[in-house]
Amino acid sequence: MKRRIFLATSAGAVLSVLSRPVAAVAQSSVLTTLVNEYAAGGVVREGRVKFDIARLVDNGNSVPIEVTVDSPMTRQQHVVGIKIFNEKNPQNDVAQFTLSPQSGRARVATRIRLAATQQLVAVAKMNDGSCWTHTVEVLVTIASCVEE
Amino acid sequence: MATRASHNARRSTYGCLSVRTLIALFVSLALSSLAHAADSRKSGFDFMQPSTQATQLDDTQNPAMLWVKDGQLLWNKPDGSAAKSCANCHGEIARMRGVAPRYPAYSSAQKKVVNLSQQISQCRIEQQRATPWPFEHESLLGLEAAIAKESRALPVKPPEHPLLVEAQKRGTTLFNQRIGQVDLSCRDCHDTLAGKKLGGNVIPQGHATGYPIYRLEWQSVGSLQRRLRGCMTAVRAEPYAFGASELVDLEAYLAKRAAGMPLEAPAVRP
Amino acid sequence: MARTLITVPETAKAGEIIEIKALVQHPMETGYRRSSDGDMLPRDLIRTFTCHFVVGPTAASAAEAGELVFAATFHAAVAANPYLSFNFRATASGTLVMVWNGDKGFAQRETVNLRVS
Repeated sequence: MKRRIFLATSAGAVLSVLSRPVAAVAQSSVLTTLVNEYAAGGVVREGRVKFDIARLVDNGNSVPIEVTVDSPMTRQQHVVGIKIFNEKNPQNDVAQFTLSPQSGRARVATRIRLAATQQLVAVAKMNDGSCWTHTVEVLVTIASCVEE
Repeated sequence: MATRASHNARRSTYGCLSVRTLIALFVSLALSSLAHAADSRKSGFDFMQPSTQATQLDDTQNPAMLWVKDGQLLWNKPDGSAAKSCANCHGEIARMRGVAPRYPAYSSAQKKVVNLSQQISQCRIEQQRATPWPFEHESLLGLEAAIAKESRALPVKPPEHPLLVEAQKRGTTLFNQRIGQVDLSCRDCHDTLAGKKLGGNVIPQGHATGYPIYRLEWQSVGSLQRRLRGCMTAVRAEPYAFGASELVDLEAYLAKRAAGMPLEAPAVRP
Repeated sequence: MARTLITVPETAKAGEIIEIKALVQHPMETGYRRSSDGDMLPRDLIRTFTCHFVVGPTAASAAEAGELVFAATFHAAVAANPYLSFNFRATASGTLVMVWNGDKGFAQRETVNLRVS
């Protein structure tokens, strides 16, 4: 199965995606390690971050996502960075964003690629060094009409 | 790749335009559903997930608008040994409203039925005295997308011409003909099995109302002929070459089949 | 030169938080795909995006750095033709300077004026 996923993905397969929040599901150890590296010693907690990704999308080549963080975005209290990791793409890094009090809102939206069923995590780093996370689980199925 | 100018789009132009277009689209959809209460035809748009629909409906998010902007610049750019731009003959691109829904159409200059990109190539050769772009060239797709966008929400309306009728008839035969090692016709999937699933995807009814499209699978804009060739390869048939009369015939039939449905170009598809 | 599509309101009230949307044309080739001939397609990515704000009524020159509003680092998992939407608290009139940099010397710079009343 894995091999087929890899082959199809490398050929630019059409993937559809189904996500559900990781409630009882434990965060993958791969992601935990990456989050802790990014936190660089800061306290890591779950919450304050909302990782928006459609429950079902048409194609893994372009999946709209939005990350919002509960923060007043003042000089005293603001988000300095948001980082997104995935568990099973060929690379774990997806994107990293730098924010400032001038951002006004702690929010970013973009479109990403997903190669397989996996977990994704968004980490927000606050100006006090603390980190907050939201992990989601995404189901990716291989679809039909791929172009060779 | 052609030299591309960069540019910005302000919300004041694009935001308003997209809202207006949206309203027009919804009004036209509502009207068409009133007019054809029994019309069970659905655009591929209706089979997409909300996130893909949202990408198509917002011009500030639709990646096809990058191609459209390129086409809008090309419209006004003199080219060829005649140093003429499209605008020199046709005026503002807004005057192209109503043009794209007519294609494919009979060209008296080429003495055959042509699609919009072939008409653009004809203009390049005859009027601009320039080299025509190859099929699927970014500039050709850009210009086609920019022209098609002017007719958003207008109904697909093939003109009446005896030779177009002949092309539509040939296209019907091709549509119903089983091909390839998989031995399937267009009809087998897009009429008989439309709405059912093939792998993770819903099979659409195959109404080509949004071309050229930004296809997530391609990660770029492409033509209806590229899509038709993709289907042919998928059923393990030898696809016709770009520009082949068989592909234009199929396009002509598809336009007849989608007549009255609103144009959505440039659409986003999975 | 790549094509870009940037959406910013022309005017904003002082203190208003505006949304900035930026699309850029780029294949974001991952380096993990093969061509139809079987050759590996070399990695070709946009690596960074920055948005600075230069205060002042006139268009910012290339030399003016301004204040960093927002920055992004992209990897292969960012979709082709990268789209970004982020926010900015408008306090004074000025110029937003957006720069994309990537592999094969890719560099794209766009400026957008913002009038704050």
